[in-house]
Amino acid sequence: MKARFLVATAAALLAGNVQAKTLVFCSEGSPEGFTPALYTAGTTFDASSRQIFNKLVEFEIGTTKIIPGLAESWTVSQDGLEYTFNLRKGVKFHSIDGFTPSRDFNADDVLFSFNRQFKKDHPYHMVSGGAYEYFNGMSMPDLLKSLTKINNHTVRFSLNRPEAPMIANLAMDFASIHSAEYANKMAAAGTLDKFDQNPVGTGPFKMIAYQKDAFIRYKAHPEYFRGKAAIDDLVFAITPDASVRYQKMKANECQVMPYPNPADIAAMKNDSDINLMSQEGLNVGYLAYNTKVAPFDNAKVRKALNQAINKQAIIDAVFQGAGKIAKNPIPPTIWSYNEATVDDDYNPAAAKTALKAEGVNGLKMKVWAMPVQRPYNPNARRMAELIQADFGKVGVDVEIVSYEWGEYLKRSKDTDRDGAVLLGWTGDNGDPDNFLAVLLGCDGVGGSNRAQWCHKPFEDLIQKAKVVSDPAARTDLYKRAQIEFKKEAPWATIAHSVVFKPVRKEVTGFKIDPFGGHSFYGVDIK
Amino acid sequence: MFRFLLNKLAMIVPTFIGVTIAAFAFIRLLPGDPILLLAGERGVTPERRAELEQIMGFDRPLWEQYFSFLGDLMHADLGVSIVTRTPVLEEFLARFPATIELSFIAIIFAVALGLPAGIIAAVRRGSIFDHTVMGVSLTGYSMPIFWWGLLLIILFSGTLGWTPVSGRISFMFFFEPVTGFMLIDSWLSDQAGAFKSAVMHLILPSIVLGTIPLAVIARQTRSSMLEVLSEDYVRTARAKGLPPWRVVGIHALRNALITVITVIGLQVGVLLAGAILTETIFAWPGIGKWMIDSIFRRDYPAVQGGLLLIASIVMIVNLLVDLTYGLVNPSIRHER
Repeated sequence: MKARFLVATAAALLAGNVQAKTLVFCSEGSPEGFTPALYTAGTTFDASSRQIFNKLVEFEIGTTKIIPGLAESWTVSQDGLEYTFNLRKGVKFHSIDGFTPSRDFNADDVLFSFNRQFKKDHPYHMVSGGAYEYFNGMSMPDLLKSLTKINNHTVRFSLNRPEAPMIANLAMDFASIHSAEYANKMAAAGTLDKFDQNPVGTGPFKMIAYQKDAFIRYKAHPEYFRGKAAIDDLVFAITPDASVRYQKMKANECQVMPYPNPADIAAMKNDSDINLMSQEGLNVGYLAYNTKVAPFDNAKVRKALNQAINKQAIIDAVFQGAGKIAKNPIPPTIWSYNEATVDDDYNPAAAKTALKAEGVNGLKMKVWAMPVQRPYNPNARRMAELIQADFGKVGVDVEIVSYEWGEYLKRSKDTDRDGAVLLGWTGDNGDPDNFLAVLLGCDGVGGSNRAQWCHKPFEDLIQKAKVVSDPAARTDLYKRAQIEFKKEAPWATIAHSVVFKPVRKEVTGFKIDPFGGHSFYGVDIK
Repeated sequence: MFRFLLNKLAMIVPTFIGVTIAAFAFIRLLPGDPILLLAGERGVTPERRAELEQIMGFDRPLWEQYFSFLGDLMHADLGVSIVTRTPVLEEFLARFPATIELSFIAIIFAVALGLPAGIIAAVRRGSIFDHTVMGVSLTGYSMPIFWWGLLLIILFSGTLGWTPVSGRISFMFFFEPVTGFMLIDSWLSDQAGAFKSAVMHLILPSIVLGTIPLAVIARQTRSSMLEVLSEDYVRTARAKGLPPWRVVGIHALRNALITVITVIGLQVGVLLAGAILTETIFAWPGIGKWMIDSIFRRDYPAVQGGLLLIASIVMIVNLLVDLTYGLVNPSIRHER
């Protein structure tokens, strides 16, 4: 009896000494919900897919490299129409209040997660609004022909056409895998909506509490298939104001924060408690001419105007140093980025001469300035003013126009749009196709191709790259496409932003995500 | 009294109908399309757009949408947020206790300081104290909340380390909410230090939110008191040899309070408006921040539901203020 008491006391003392490691992340806002497929905001993905769920294939944290996730391996058929995934065995779902999984992850979970979005008659299709904007935005309904369960650990995706970026698409947040068993249990209990409110995944953290606009609490998943996370508890302290987030960091009330104020960067660099990490963002900000309207249908005129823009001045004034001049339509963090491309040099005199040579005199044009702040353009109005001044120096009279954001997006798609539009793009899946085909492909004219540019040599290259599965061949095609783009200049490529991530010195293992997300697996506190 | 109450209640009905029309129309009159805003740079195909409009009910004529909104209102259904896909009432109730708690403490702070400051300033008219109160209250009234909040955070949380930076309670404490009011829940939780943490977290936001009402109350109390103190009956009371505290505290204040109560009632609306900024600075999970986010996202159901609920609260508070007049000055009850 005495011995048992001593053992119990020792155990209690030990438990008291081993303190749970808690990391607090000062997040910028509340998630829209916890089922990634239903939403589009990065804030939502930070709170859901990046902590709670896994995908069949995943981006290695901190890179755009694709690694196996819940699929151990995969094969692609010769014609590029069938993708067969071999699923990982022994993967455990989270246990939460009201649900304890009775089985490991299997093919049924994959089918459930995709069929919910794909099949309109699926019992969960209309639950929580039924809007699957990423699934639709990546053209998955047209692309997917069927999903087949070969056996409990093998799944086949059949496509209607070859699509080389398919694997990258499956690493995106909307492709997070949910528990079919949990879904069935909720359906049987008549509480379908709870499925989306109390998430169950296989990821490194399970959600244990959420108070809207206040906090989200997670606990490390003890049976995570890659091994338990180094931190025991993860807290998202929802703090909308960037200056307040910094004050909380200084007071050690949180250890990692996103989106610092540009004005605070200098102080952060000098703060001995803070490690200010930085990396180029997976984005591009541009000025798209309307290539269907004269004189912007003339590549020489567009090139001349590009030469008139002092990009360095824009980086200094608009990005306050947190940006890098863009010469290609894809950011340098994406594979196939063409280092050899030569940017249009800043040369107002040459621009003036070139415009005169093309018979362009006394040109009046509009430049559209976005009404909102985006990662690729923190102050479009200021950028437009700088461009206005630059164009003024070469004899081009610019009128700046702006509309409410929704209207701006809508009107800027018009093929007969009057003026050049400032806009940009943040990558979804790290594939060059996600930039080049979406923003500059012929299918995007009248839509996301704001330059209304359809150029056959370029189109041929990107279409070929879509169906070729050999990465080296794709790289070559995309590099040539970038040269073609630069020659034709449908845009003035302006900048890629530089992302700053302040992290307290005690934190180790944190990596900046090129997609702008925040993952805390592999992160520890000294 | 009953007739008085009935009259006031009868006035609320048309006001409420007016508010439903205003709440419904307001967000739709703003330029911007919720579907385009949801889609962002990625855009949406015309087919998908039609599909989404049908899901969200925007494909129906406006009058039909309005009457459907009214019909649902009869069943206490304010619709579903198009951003979070959760019921608007649930979203509102999840945040409302935080706003009420903060506003309540802020108004107590404003009254507790503003009322005595105004009275003393009136009694000692022209003194240094009077000039100081008037000067400080003018400064308080014109102070931008955002700047004031950040200044206090930098001084008291950053430099001195006396108060926490933001939030409602330290993350060391965790308990299931019972009432949604952190002071009560932390007290009920029995966790050592939780109540103190909740109190500490309330100090700075209450001061920031209460600053403008404090300035208004102080100035209003002073001017009402000055008016009453020059009345004949006050002079008579003094001439009768009543002690000064009795003249000021009973005879003058009671009459001066009517205007002050009106101002306090009106400040409830100001508090709810001020809460938007205060809640953003202090990461306070209330309805202010939620409303502003919903407006920016053109979340029609959330904005119209939220506006309606806030307007209803202001109406109820004003009704209570009207009833309080009756208690303070019984002659008001008999007005026809």
